[in-house]
Amino acid sequence: MITIEAKNLSKQYGTGDAAVMAVRDMSLKTLPGEFLSIMGESGSGKSTLLAMLGALNTPTSGSYMVDDMDVYGLSADQRADFRREFLGFVFQSFHLVPYLTVEENVMLPLVATTKSKKEKQLLAEAALEKVGLQGKGGRLPNQISGGEAERVAIARAVVNEPPILMADEPTGNLDSETSEEIMGLFTELNEQGITIIMVTHSHECARYAKRIVKVSDGLIVTDSAIEKVA
Amino acid sequence: MELKDIAFLNLRRRKAKAAFILAGLMIGVTTVVALVTLFQSVSEDISHKMEKYGANILVVPKTENLALSYGGISLGGISLETKQLSEADVDRIRTIPTAQNLAAIGPMVLGAVNVNGKSVMLAGVDFSTSRLLKPWWEFGETLPENGQLVVGAIAAEILNAQVGSEIQLGVHSVTVAKVLGKTGSQDDQIIFIDTKTAQSILGKPGAVSLVEVAAHCTDCPIEELIAEISAALPGAEVMAIKQVVQGRMKAMNQFQEFLYGISLIVVLVGCLVVLVTMMSSVRERTTEIGIFRAIGFRRSLIMKIILYEAALISTLAGILGYAAGITSSLVALPFFTGGEGAPLYLDPMLAGGAIAASLVLGLLSSVYPAVIASRMDPNEALRTI
Repeated sequence: MITIEAKNLSKQYGTGDAAVMAVRDMSLKTLPGEFLSIMGESGSGKSTLLAMLGALNTPTSGSYMVDDMDVYGLSADQRADFRREFLGFVFQSFHLVPYLTVEENVMLPLVATTKSKKEKQLLAEAALEKVGLQGKGGRLPNQISGGEAERVAIARAVVNEPPILMADEPTGNLDSETSEEIMGLFTELNEQGITIIMVTHSHECARYAKRIVKVSDGLIVTDSAIEKVA
Repeated sequence: MELKDIAFLNLRRRKAKAAFILAGLMIGVTTVVALVTLFQSVSEDISHKMEKYGANILVVPKTENLALSYGGISLGGISLETKQLSEADVDRIRTIPTAQNLAAIGPMVLGAVNVNGKSVMLAGVDFSTSRLLKPWWEFGETLPENGQLVVGAIAAEILNAQVGSEIQLGVHSVTVAKVLGKTGSQDDQIIFIDTKTAQSILGKPGAVSLVEVAAHCTDCPIEELIAEISAALPGAEVMAIKQVVQGRMKAMNQFQEFLYGISLIVVLVGCLVVLVTMMSSVRERTTEIGIFRAIGFRRSLIMKIILYEAALISTLAGILGYAAGITSSLVALPFFTGGEGAPLYLDPMLAGGAIAASLVLGLLSSVYPAVIASRMDPNEALRTI
């Protein structure tokens, strides 16, 4: 179980008169197994915050620790290893590789591992089963629906069994019914112990989280736990 | 799934780009293979043809005297030369390290004789080597027998000699076996007989005045042969018949340099095509590379994907380019050899070299695009959508 702690994270784009502070002095701590939703308007800094938490965007200042690991103290290759071992990403536009089949897309995070071809295949099949796409591994991304593509993206994010899942507007391109299914899937994954950090501007989706952090103008404005109705 | 699968599948998807890279490299390999094969085949052909033009190395006794003739005009018809080679020297030439490159060795003994009151030069030659050393004598099926005379065209006129006529050389009475056609060379004024008889007539048993050598020129440099013969015969002067040999070598060298120059330009253009197309491919794949980086691919893995792709295409380009080059040579060779059906020179090393060179050039041309790809910021790459 993993603890995430960001302290005084700031991110400035550009310099001089063109400088824009996307994130200002944000501090955030998540407990193991948390389901955190980051909400805010467009340009509020939520995606920049997620990119920094995802070890994709080096902050201008502040520190970011995952357990006892100083993520931005790592080299670029070590950060790549960190992302592979600790994080799963679900992007808004799915970002599936178009010339790879569904199963091959899911297997991508395993390419850099020493697992055998058979092991990789079994893990990919298990991940596809977890998201309800068993039997569709041989299809290409352009042969599946948007909802299925999102599920493939989720399967790819969890195939390596990472302790943390990061999602950027995971339902942004989906209808409400499919969004609900996807959020149900996230809830299942969270119940299995995966920490989820999700950026969304949808209140419908945010209600699946256990905690909501609202950001505006690069600052955290509220950070509150949600009471779940049994 | 492995990295090479990603590379292969990407190439299969981007067929047009892959075909463009393939064509760029293949044209380069085809050109080089065709030019090298043509050069080697034409060289072989010329070499065989040049052998028909006779001797290209002359071995004479060392002298400190200067020649007293110019353009066939001799001052006084005197000879101060007393040094001679011997038949043992001829045998030594046959034992040089690269003796296999010697097509024919023709010892010659020279001396003046008196025929019907006229001085004439008598040359003792080995008629069995004359087909290679003096192909213009055109002996046909039968060679003159020992003791039979071959008379140069002008000498025949002056001596009134005809085939079958008897000529008295000192105490020897010899029959004219052939009158040579006019050659425009010194041969026109000389009478020829076998070496042994000439040595006997001239009173020079075992002596050799000069040795003519015909060397295969495929394995030239001729200078190497000259050096070896000189080492075997320290008392002799060994000379290339310069106009023939140097002209031949110079023409071939210039041809070779020209071909290599053309090859270099074509190969550079091929590399440029690979570089530009790979760069364009990398830029097109910004998002894809961003995804790879985001899900934990190290920079080296990104580089490997690009280089795998380059290696796959380059190897294929090498194989197809070699085949196309050989086919082109086969088609073009008759035009370079006057339609005489010269055999194609197939060098197995060229096949391996073409594939290896294609692979190396393809990889080298793709290193920069691969580095650019590996340095892409995953966050920036994913923000491009």
